[in-house]
Amino acid sequence: MTHLPFIIASYGLFIALALYLSAGAALRLRTARLKLLSLEPAKPSSPGKKSVS
Amino acid sequence: MFLHSVCETNKPLSASHSSASRLSSFFHRYANPGRFLRLGKVLQPWLTWPAIALTLTGLIWGLFFSPADWQQGDSVRIMYIHVPTAILASAGYAALALCSVLSLVWRHPLADLAAAEIGPVGACITALCLATGSLWGKPMWGAWWVWDARLTSVLILFFLYLGHITLIRAFDDQQRGYRAAAILAIAGAVDLPIIKFSVQWWNTLHQPDSITLTSAPTMSGSMLWPLALSMLGISLGFAAIVLARLRASVMESRIRSLLSNQRRHNGDLS
Repeated sequence: MTHLPFIIASYGLFIALALYLSAGAALRLRTARLKLLSLEPAKPSSPGKKSVS
Repeated sequence: MFLHSVCETNKPLSASHSSASRLSSFFHRYANPGRFLRLGKVLQPWLTWPAIALTLTGLIWGLFFSPADWQQGDSVRIMYIHVPTAILASAGYAALALCSVLSLVWRHPLADLAAAEIGPVGACITALCLATGSLWGKPMWGAWWVWDARLTSVLILFFLYLGHITLIRAFDDQQRGYRAAAILAIAGAVDLPIIKFSVQWWNTLHQPDSITLTSAPTMSGSMLWPLALSMLGISLGFAAIVLARLRASVMESRIRSLLSNQRRHNGDLS
């Protein structure tokens, strides 16, 4: 019995899950950052203060 | 430098109180959302890019260039995914339990958010560990699943993750949800040594550990190196995903707070 289908299924599952989790996290981070930027009033930049995002 | 300044301010206190206070100060240093977000922004690329590079190198090496096992043949290549996910499933739960302790003992505001973000990622990793174990078990044992001590204890770990995710969302008052989930996470940590030692305590179909801290690995270097690279890469990837989710969660809390302030302000004006 060839083991190839089991190996392909394992690597395929890993790639699918990695893409799902990383794309989901990146999308969520981007949405939150854009919404926060639109809500927070622009502060004048002062020396020593950095952006929060 | 920070610890030095804390030591300076705590000079009159007793040694034990001073160290407890120092520990508490250390944990609360990054409770400030702005400070945490700045640190997270710096850390994110340092976790993400090495994770991608190491995972790809480890998996390509393991899939195409490492030798097949004399007994298991090519199916041993599933190991380069199964072993890192198995270790990470337990390590992720240990991190979840640690966050729960930080939340219950020190009331660290980020610990609850971190636990809430580790839970779903840990559950996915544990599910992947079980699935790849099943895909490895079928050609080797002739069965997709056996009620073996190692497999069963990892299945219980998966249910613990699911219970944690469910409990956080089960209450109208989110703080109660966080507290109930933290208690479950700490109680569930008893499953971790059971997973680790199950192959020694019981006569299992699952093979014993090939890599231990106390003895030399029982596998060839040509398999060990790609395994180490994929383990490091997948672990960094786990950390990168949790960090990105946690940063998003902190920003979402800030958004909710701003919207609530805006609504209150508009209500006062009208």
